[in-house]
Amino acid sequence: MDWVNTIVQGVLLGGLYTLFATGLSLVFGIMRVVNLAHGDFIILAAFLGVVAIGIAGLHPFLTLLIVVPLMFGLGYLIQRGLLSLTLDRGVLPPLLVTFGLSIIIQNLLLEIFSADDRRLDAGWIETASVRLGGQVAIGWYPLIVFAAAVLAIAALQVLFSRTALGRAFRATADDQETVRLMGIDSRHTYGLAVAIAFAIIALAGVFLGIRTTFSPDIGPGRLLVAFETVVIGGLGSLWGTLVGGVVLGVAHAIGAKIDPAYRELAGHLVFLLVLLIRPQGLFARPVRDA
Amino acid sequence: MSLLSVRSLAAFYGDFQALFDVSLDVEAGEIVAIIGANGAGKSTFLRSVVGLNASARETIRFDGQPIGGRPTHEIVARGIALVPEGRRIFPSLTVEENLLIGRHHGRGGRWSLARIYELFPVLAQRRAVAGPALSGGEQQMLAIGRALMSNPRLLLLDEVSLGLAPIIVHDLYRRLPSIIGEGTTAVIVEQDVSQALGVCDRLYCFQEGRITLTGTPRQLTRDQISAAYFGV
Repeated sequence: MDWVNTIVQGVLLGGLYTLFATGLSLVFGIMRVVNLAHGDFIILAAFLGVVAIGIAGLHPFLTLLIVVPLMFGLGYLIQRGLLSLTLDRGVLPPLLVTFGLSIIIQNLLLEIFSADDRRLDAGWIETASVRLGGQVAIGWYPLIVFAAAVLAIAALQVLFSRTALGRAFRATADDQETVRLMGIDSRHTYGLAVAIAFAIIALAGVFLGIRTTFSPDIGPGRLLVAFETVVIGGLGSLWGTLVGGVVLGVAHAIGAKIDPAYRELAGHLVFLLVLLIRPQGLFARPVRDA
Repeated sequence: MSLLSVRSLAAFYGDFQALFDVSLDVEAGEIVAIIGANGAGKSTFLRSVVGLNASARETIRFDGQPIGGRPTHEIVARGIALVPEGRRIFPSLTVEENLLIGRHHGRGGRWSLARIYELFPVLAQRRAVAGPALSGGEQQMLAIGRALMSNPRLLLLDEVSLGLAPIIVHDLYRRLPSIIGEGTTAVIVEQDVSQALGVCDRLYCFQEGRITLTGTPRQLTRDQISAAYFGV
């Protein structure tokens, strides 16, 4: 029965991992850019939560009202002002520039906030749980995060498949030259894509900060989790990212149950297993050529 | 005043010069054909008009306004639509979505989704199918329909016969005047000279980046056209 508990915890942890991964998947899916600073932006969002609490004394959930729009705007500016200059020049420039951003963010945060561990204190909700069938306890907070992840994925799915903006995103990802013939400014489209990705990063950062302690240096570790989630789930599939998050979350939970030191190793082993058996990911969309 | 007016247009791909000092006019309501061999600069010319190739500000005027050097999405919004060489339909979008995205920055006018489906019934039948599943001829109809959805004042067609069976090409060109219709101006780039002659009011012949001949189909003889086409 204890194992059931473990697996349930792992599934719910997968919700947080899905939020980590969605922004990365979005940017890569539309622009073919891997943002190496992705994890650091998650931590940046968590620290923005710290600032919002410090200034306005808000409950961490309410800081989302500030941090999400702020990160949305930051994402748009970073794309239009910086990342756009690296596109169409091969694989290396975006990697180098985002790697540089990663270092800058980590050291900026270190300078401003010091290396101390931080938490976003959400009060009683962090430990409240509901008992199911005697042996299994489900924490309210992980459930909320999981629900947020599902909502985010569902909302993005609707955006992509049913709206004019979603059509513009997909068409821009297909052929950013021809999309301009449709009267669509592909620079603006890319900006919006990164802005949306950063809004989800903001969610991920604040939810991370409530769940666990964080410090300026743990960004790259989050990037790794996001990356493994996307690869396991399969590129191009939003719901696949959710499955990937759950698989990784369960792997981490089971690994930690065996021995806390095995937690991440279990995740890496599952990741390698997926690469061996189905390298395109569990739910990869087939690549289509016109 | 011509609808489209080009003066001394040059175009480059890196160090390679594809167009030299090209000047031409297109009057409103005309169908102008541009013929020439592979590599003559015909597609480059159309790309320059819509801004996919860089050009100097004053070299291209649309409706009296200079559009050289403007970004493509801005130029297109003024009422120009290009059916690109090779169709370039969006593989991730269905037939209907490809048409809808053509309307993204459109104006009102005679073309709507319903009218495009009337014009090309096969597209209506396959509206939920993803682009790549269509045949070459169907993709060409889709690309033309997509361009029409913005109700352009100037329609540019780049090599619509490319890769299509002769019977499909024949059918397409037979319907082209009604597709273009009243009030729309068209520039047709075409390698197939007979089809071009059959449908245009005037033509220009390109050869190695320059205009070597211009006139109406009635004025020009076959020999004149051959000479201008091949540069012999």
